[in-house]
Amino acid sequence: MSILIDESTRVIVQGYTGDKATFHAKEMIDYGTKVVGGVTPGKGGRTHLDRPVFDTVKEAVKATGAEASLAFVPPPYAADALMEAADAGLRLVCIITDGIPAQDMMRVKRYLRRYPREKRTTVVGPNCAGIISAGKAMLGIMPGHIYRRGNVGIVSRSGTLGYEAAAQLTAMGLGVTTSVGIGGDPINGSSFLDHLMLFEQDRETAAVIMIGEIGGPQEAEAAAWVKAHMKKPVIGYVAGVTAPKGRRMGHAGAIISAEGDTAAEKTEIMRSFGLKVAPSAAELGTTVAQALSRAR
Amino acid sequence: MDVHEYQAKQLLAEFGVPVPPGGVAYSPDQAVYVATELGGWHWAVKAQIHSGGRGKAGGVKLCRTYHDVAEAATALLGATLVTAQTGSAGKVVHRVYVEKAEPFERELYLGLVLDRKIERIRLIASAQGGMEIEEVARSNPQAIVEQQVDPAAGLQPFQARELAFGLGLNMKQVSQAVTTILGCYRAFRDLDATMVEINPLVVTRDDRVLALDAKMSFDDNALFRRSKVSEMRDAAEEDPREAEAQNHGLNYVGLSGDIGCIINGAGLAMATMDMIKHAGGEPANFLDVGGGASPERVAAAFRLVLSDQNVKAILVNIFAGINRCDWVANGVCQAAKNLSVPLVVRLAGTHVAEGNRIVRESGLPIITASTLAEAAEKAVAAARGEGPRLGSAHS
Repeated sequence: MSILIDESTRVIVQGYTGDKATFHAKEMIDYGTKVVGGVTPGKGGRTHLDRPVFDTVKEAVKATGAEASLAFVPPPYAADALMEAADAGLRLVCIITDGIPAQDMMRVKRYLRRYPREKRTTVVGPNCAGIISAGKAMLGIMPGHIYRRGNVGIVSRSGTLGYEAAAQLTAMGLGVTTSVGIGGDPINGSSFLDHLMLFEQDRETAAVIMIGEIGGPQEAEAAAWVKAHMKKPVIGYVAGVTAPKGRRMGHAGAIISAEGDTAAEKTEIMRSFGLKVAPSAAELGTTVAQALSRAR
Repeated sequence: MDVHEYQAKQLLAEFGVPVPPGGVAYSPDQAVYVATELGGWHWAVKAQIHSGGRGKAGGVKLCRTYHDVAEAATALLGATLVTAQTGSAGKVVHRVYVEKAEPFERELYLGLVLDRKIERIRLIASAQGGMEIEEVARSNPQAIVEQQVDPAAGLQPFQARELAFGLGLNMKQVSQAVTTILGCYRAFRDLDATMVEINPLVVTRDDRVLALDAKMSFDDNALFRRSKVSEMRDAAEEDPREAEAQNHGLNYVGLSGDIGCIINGAGLAMATMDMIKHAGGEPANFLDVGGGASPERVAAAFRLVLSDQNVKAILVNIFAGINRCDWVANGVCQAAKNLSVPLVVRLAGTHVAEGNRIVRESGLPIITASTLAEAAEKAVAAARGEGPRLGSAHS
C-alpha cells in the first residue's frame, strides 16, 4: 500500500498544455502514473500527449473519472484552480506553484470547508515538489528514479531535502512507500499532521520521516499528535539552526517571527513528544534504520 | 516587503483610519517648510527607517519651534540609528517625517496579523499601548483582547465594537475606534498585508482616536497585483546583495561566517548551512539557486557569494530534480575558472555520473564530495586552509 496515490489513481493535469506542465506530465506518464487528460481553459476538445484536453475540471472529471489533479497554474490564477478542483469533486489536488498570495490560500482553505469532511478535497502544496508512491505513481516534479520501494514514509516541507532523505534511504538499502511534499508556504493545503494520520493507517509504512524547517506551528502540532496517537516510529528533523531571526530563508514560510519558530525550539518540542530527532540532515537514513531495527 | 511609517499612514488614511497631519522631508529646510504648512505649536520629527523601536533609540524628537524642527532634522538625517531591531550595524536615516503633535489621554495597541496557526486574520488590541505586545502578553495577558476573522464573511462591526469596549473606551470613543479597526482590516485585506501594527493608537482629550505610529508589512507574493504598494519599495533599506540576488531570481541572505553556499532548494540550503556548523564551520550566506540552475544563474550566484570579503571557501550542493547535474556542472566549471578560493562541489540526483565526469575532466582543482556530510567537512577544512587550494589569482 501507499498513501494518497497509487498506480490505479486517475490523474488530470491543470494547466496541462503549458511548457512545464507538459514536461512533467510526460515524466509522470513515463513513471507509470495513470494520467487520463488535462484542463486548459479555451483548449478543450484538443488532444495533448495523446490525451484529451478539457475547458473545465468538471468536464474532465465527467469524461475521464479523474480523482486527482496536479495543478501547474501561475500564482494569480492558482487559488481559482484549486477551488475549481474542489468544486468538481476531486479527492486530491497537488499544487506545485510557488508565489501564491497567502490571503488567496487563506480563502482556499475556507472554501474547502464548504464540503463535509468525507467529501472534502485534500490539497497538497503549494510551493512543493509533489507526491510520489515509489514504483507506483508520481504526482509532482521529483526525479522518480531516486525513490526505491520500501517501508518508510516521508513528509517534508522542502522538496530537495525530501530527495536527500530518499537518496539516503536508498543508499542504506531502505526504501519509500510514499513521499509527500507539503510545501514551503505559510498557509498550505495540508500539514504534517494530515499525512502522519494517513501513514499511521497505511499497512506498508513502518516508519515516517518528518522534515520540517523554521517558521510556523505545524511541526509542533504534529509532534503532539504523534505522542498521543501514533504507534509507528517518527523520525524528525528541522532545518534552519543557522537561520537568523526575522529573515525569510527562500520559502515564504521559512521565517522566525514567533515563539516556537526556531529550529532549536522545534527540535526540542519533537524530542519532548518522544520523536527520534536526526542529529543532522546527513543522518536521516541512519536514524531511520536505527528506529526500524529497534521497532522489530 | 516593509514600508516606512509615513507610507503606512498614507495607505491607512485612504481606508478611513485617522492619522495626524504630516509630511515627509529629505532636508532640514524641507522639514521646517512642512512644519509651517502644518501649522500648530508642536511637531514630532521622526526618523523613517524600516525598524521598530525608533523612539527608544532617539529617532523621534518632539519640537516646539521651527528652529527645533531644523535641529532635529539636521541631527537625524544621515545619522545611523541603532534600535533593538536593526542589529548593531544600525540603519542610516535618509528621510524624516514631520507630524503635528497633540496631547493625548490614553495609549492603546492595535495589531492585525495573518495567523499561521488558525490560517485567518487575527486582531489583537491592548489597553497598554506604547509597549511591545509580546511583553504585555507575558506580563499582563488580561489587558489583551482578540478577534478572528472568517475569510468568507470578513470582519464584522460587532467584532470591532467588542474590541473597542474591551479596551474600556466610552461610547463616543468606541465609534471612532470601530472606524479605525474596520479601516485597518480593509487595508489589510485589500492591500494583501501580512501585518498592520498601530502602536500607540491614542485617545485625545476630545475623544478622538488617532494612529500615532503605524507599521505595515506586505506579502511579496501579492505585489504583482498591488502596484501602489510595490512603488513604495525603498531600495536604500535593503541589503544591496539581496537586491542584486533578486534581480537574478536568486534568494540570498548574508550571514557572518566564511563558507559561501550555493545550493538548490531552500530546505536543502538551510540543512547544508546547519551541516557546516555541525562540522565546526560557519556559513557566510543562504543562497537558493532554484530549480532551473542555468549557467547564467550559477555565474550570478558565484559573483554574489564572492562579493562577500569574508568568504574563504565555497560549497556547491545540488540535488538535481527538475534540473540536471551535467548542466549545473558546466555552469559551475565556467564560473570556477578564475576562482581565488577553494571550491567544494557535491552533486546528486538526475545525471549525477555525467555531472561528476564534467567536474573531474575540467582540469580545475575542484574538491568533490558524494554525500552531504563529506561536502560540509571538506568545505570546513578548505576554509581553514587545509587541503588543496584553487588557482593562484588570490591577491
